[in-house]
Amino acid sequence: MTYLNNIGLYFLMIKEMFRKPTKWSVMKGLILKDIDDLVIGSLGIVAFISFFVGGVITIQTALNISNPLIPKYLVGFATRQSVILEFAPTFTSIIMAGKVGSFITSSIGTMRVTEQIDALEVMGINALNYLVFPKTVAMMLYPFAIAIGMFLGILGGMAACVYGGYTTLEDYILGVQMDFDGFHMTYSFIKTFVFAFILATIPSFHGFYMKGGALEVGKASTTSFVWTSVVIILLNYILTDMLLG
Amino acid sequence: MIEVKDLHKSFGDAHILKGITTSFEKGKTSLVIGQSGSGKTVFLKCLLGLFSYEQGSISYDGKIYSELSEDQKRNLRAEIGMVFQGSALFDSMTIQENVMFPLRMFTKMSKSEMEDRADFVLKRVNLPEAHFKMPSEASGGMQKRVAIARAIVNNPKYLFCDEPNSGLDPKTAMVIDNLIQEITDEYNITTVINSHDMNSVMEIGEKIVFLQLGLKEWEGSKHNIFKTENKAVTDFVYSSELFKKVRRMYLEENE
Repeated sequence: MTYLNNIGLYFLMIKEMFRKPTKWSVMKGLILKDIDDLVIGSLGIVAFISFFVGGVITIQTALNISNPLIPKYLVGFATRQSVILEFAPTFTSIIMAGKVGSFITSSIGTMRVTEQIDALEVMGINALNYLVFPKTVAMMLYPFAIAIGMFLGILGGMAACVYGGYTTLEDYILGVQMDFDGFHMTYSFIKTFVFAFILATIPSFHGFYMKGGALEVGKASTTSFVWTSVVIILLNYILTDMLLG
Repeated sequence: MIEVKDLHKSFGDAHILKGITTSFEKGKTSLVIGQSGSGKTVFLKCLLGLFSYEQGSISYDGKIYSELSEDQKRNLRAEIGMVFQGSALFDSMTIQENVMFPLRMFTKMSKSEMEDRADFVLKRVNLPEAHFKMPSEASGGMQKRVAIARAIVNNPKYLFCDEPNSGLDPKTAMVIDNLIQEITDEYNITTVINSHDMNSVMEIGEKIVFLQLGLKEWEGSKHNIFKTENKAVTDFVYSSELFKKVRRMYLEENE
């Protein structure tokens, strides 16, 4: 019953988030601040992880191709497909559930504990619109971070491949360009937009409706990470089946 | 003026407010007192519209809150100033930005007009040079004064304070009490304070409402409270030897 209640409350939160909008002059500043905190602030970690995981994918693919009949350019092809289809949109989003998600839950949860949300509501401000809406809008730029992640993943693969001596640069580039299906990019960015919405709203839900003190803020952050990851994994399966199945 | 009639509020099976009827007059400082768990905070949150209630009514200058449309409720809330127990300052903003916040949200003032108004109220609460500090850099007393400045910056008609003296030393607590009373007189607003600080009761309680176990046990002024024979009130207010002596002296002087 609690789960059903929370699912209902989550959708009511989404509806309420669009009601009684905050003045645009104020909202503009909040959105820009959240873009800085949530998207630009995550570029470093996205870039770092993408580059090195791209490298690891390449090395493992290359090491597992022992049959001389399989062409070497397949390493580049496999890296591109892994990075674009799964690694960049899904794996990075799980990492972001930890970074961005716990930031959102703990910052909103602390505002709840210290009565700052009550202060907004007493003033007649729609706290959900003021706090959650700008984060949701800001996260709509998250696909740009993922695009950078895709590029750096493939670049990392190339660096590992060439400097590790697994294939030649020409073979790797040939593999990366081979049989490219533009719809795979569309699929990947549809997933990323959906995950961006989830990354903004589920942690906000756990922060906004938390009860208790500092300890509960920590617990809410952990719960938020778990549920955000679970929902991302489930939606990943559903979207993949719908779009590629 | 705020009028409360037969207010009932429950959380599950727990009946917290059991039919409270009282009123708070304009231009007066009213105190709601009672032991921890008596329902003071729930009562205040019902007044503020943060909690819904099952039965009864609350009216602000004749307008019954539950009968107002969402827009009217929002407009009414813009006329309310609130000082929270923990100050509830926005920790991502400077003190000046905190004070200017209601102006940014509800007025069309230019930035310089807002800064002038924030300047004025910060001087009024004796914080003329704290504009660019963050709330975390301010002491407890300063934070309370900033919270008062934020509450009055938009010229509210109603001011609510939840335990404004909690965690403050007696001298700072008195400064805060006097400041609230001066502001109430100066702007002719309806002020309701939740407190269990007996110094506040003696100093600024123009009207006192005593709650016990969700019921209004007694109401009167700071002068009446010395004379009351209500056992629940005397047990609570005169629990310390010091206040027992104060009461004896007051009664001897006024015999």
